[in-house]
Amino acid sequence: MAEFTLPANSKVGVGETYKAAAGAKNIKAFKVYRWTPDDGKNPSIDTYEVDMDQCGPMVLDALIKIKNEIDSSLTFRRSCREGVCGSCAMNIDGTNTLACTKFIADVKGDIKIYPLPHMPVVRDLVPDLTVPYAQLAAIEPWLKSTSQPPTRERLQSHEERAKLDGLWECILCFCCTTSCPSYWWTGERYLGPAILLQAYRWLADSRDEAKGERLDQLEDPFRLYRCHTIMNCTKTCPKSLNPAKAIAEIKKMMVERTI
Amino acid sequence: MNSDLRTPLARARGLGSAREGVHHWWAQRLTAIALIPLVVWFAISLVMMSGADYGAVRAWIGSPVVMVLLILTIAIGLHHGQLGLQVVIEDYVHGDGSKLALIVAVRFIAVLFGLAAVVAVLRIGFGS
Repeated sequence: MAEFTLPANSKVGVGETYKAAAGAKNIKAFKVYRWTPDDGKNPSIDTYEVDMDQCGPMVLDALIKIKNEIDSSLTFRRSCREGVCGSCAMNIDGTNTLACTKFIADVKGDIKIYPLPHMPVVRDLVPDLTVPYAQLAAIEPWLKSTSQPPTRERLQSHEERAKLDGLWECILCFCCTTSCPSYWWTGERYLGPAILLQAYRWLADSRDEAKGERLDQLEDPFRLYRCHTIMNCTKTCPKSLNPAKAIAEIKKMMVERTI
Repeated sequence: MNSDLRTPLARARGLGSAREGVHHWWAQRLTAIALIPLVVWFAISLVMMSGADYGAVRAWIGSPVVMVLLILTIAIGLHHGQLGLQVVIEDYVHGDGSKLALIVAVRFIAVLFGLAAVVAVLRIGFGS
């Protein structure tokens, strides 16, 4: 059956509290999920009090400050710190988003930070994304053409190129995929919104010659049709993209080729 | 420790695409659209007949238009219900054996209920 509660070894306990330095006036508390594979203990929530007068505006600024100045064992992924790489995707204040583009000021009260939901945790805020990455490889996200390659660029009209807008911007942070209840229940077989948006990015590309084979590969009760238009994906996307619409377009293509 | 040593790509590909699903999805939508007027008609008819005696209801079902619409409502409603329940089972029941058993049971029950209801409508309608 689908899992509705956490397994016993995943129940989250209360961790340590790191007080702000005396004299700090503008304090914000960050409650961060901690788990390490090394000590055999259950995960816990550590509380870090951060002096906001000495910290940048984004959640990632606070996490880096905590790691640098309070607790160097705190583990998370980050790279570009400007919403382009997708590394720092995590669950902040109950919503999957990028720590680098989430303003601390937008969260009222304590800031709760968890790893992306329903993924195996490698450590602290680092989820294991092996399965979604393999699913991306499985849809073969590259241009396929069997025609004689042109001697110059593969041409597209302005209209054809415009169809890729809202698709090419995806940074594969998997905020959407890990927000989807359908992906939580059947993630090994359902491709999830991020991968289906990528699949549609190639279905919508006028230069691609493998539409039929791509649709064949997607037409499956689990790979595609586990999407029940829940729309968490579109609601949570930190790049304001619309994976739900991309999936709907794939479903329309499926019908289109039968009638 | 881990008994699944397949590569991640092998897991993602699994047994490959079923190459079906569009029929189920399309049938679910078409039956939903058909049920909108049918259910509205059925509900209004029931309300209109509140207080009517057995003879009046028999006469109503005996009308050919009503008989056709009633059988349509039953057949399409049960087909739609069966399609929807199958989706729910696929979502939440993960044991291969129990999933198969439930999907088969829902189909059998839908056909059984449908046939029984259609026979009942015909018997009442033709007055036997």
